[in-house]
Amino acid sequence: MFGNLTAFDSDLFDPLELMRREFGQLLDDRSGPRGIRSVIAGSYPAINVGASPEQIDVYVFAAGLEAKSIDVSVQKNLLTVSGERKLEPDSEAHYYRRERRGGAFHRVITLPEDVDPDRVTASYRDGVLRITVARHEAVQPKRIEVK
Amino acid sequence: MNEKRDIKAQDHRAIQEPAGQQPYLRPAADIYEDSGGITVEADLPGVSRERLNIEVDGNNLTIDGTIGVEMPDGMEALHAEIGSTHLRRSFTLSNELEADKISAELKDGVLRLYLPKREELQPRKIEVTTG
Repeated sequence: MFGNLTAFDSDLFDPLELMRREFGQLLDDRSGPRGIRSVIAGSYPAINVGASPEQIDVYVFAAGLEAKSIDVSVQKNLLTVSGERKLEPDSEAHYYRRERRGGAFHRVITLPEDVDPDRVTASYRDGVLRITVARHEAVQPKRIEVK
Repeated sequence: MNEKRDIKAQDHRAIQEPAGQQPYLRPAADIYEDSGGITVEADLPGVSRERLNIEVDGNNLTIDGTIGVEMPDGMEALHAEIGSTHLRRSFTLSNELEADKISAELKDGVLRLYLPKREELQPRKIEVTTG
């Protein structure tokens, strides 16, 4: 899921990549249609979506959240994840870098049409929220035996 | 120690890609200083304690972690904003920090490192008197 993804994005945190992206936007070399709910690259939290024959797995890389504060809902094939990360700066300290993002987030992900919204599980571990949505059996590849 | 870790990681299904072919991602970090020392807070989502390696070599502090999420067999990516499982970031320490006393805490994918200053170098408040 991670290594074969050069077609999507290389390094989101790489300053050169970010600069290239910004120039690209300035020059409008990617003027094709974009998802109406798409967010700026590098937004918190980053999301990966993987598909396997039985299920769709959504990985939300949301470090430092409380499991209680995460809201996950599925409506047909629309998955909504929202939550809030409270990042309170230490007012006594002097900051050299503040790169981490906090605050409320809300992401909507369109899943494939064949998911079953009644079979969803979500767990939060090591700062990653994993949401698994089962797919209807009809679309799972069937092995046809040759006699 | 590194080698031992790698062998362990291979047993785990989550690491499917051969190491060394992926780019390193640079985790976001906050760095701040108070009178006692410097705190580094870095976001390492998906990195467990066993997959995190923090090393001080001379003046260099390196944070090295591997994302270990479980993936079902035959998974294909539909969308990916994280394109690598390797996270790494280095910092150069300054002399007044005590490398032996660095403490680390990892919770919900957030690493907090505390780098205390040497006691004799902690600031003393100097009273300014008038008169």
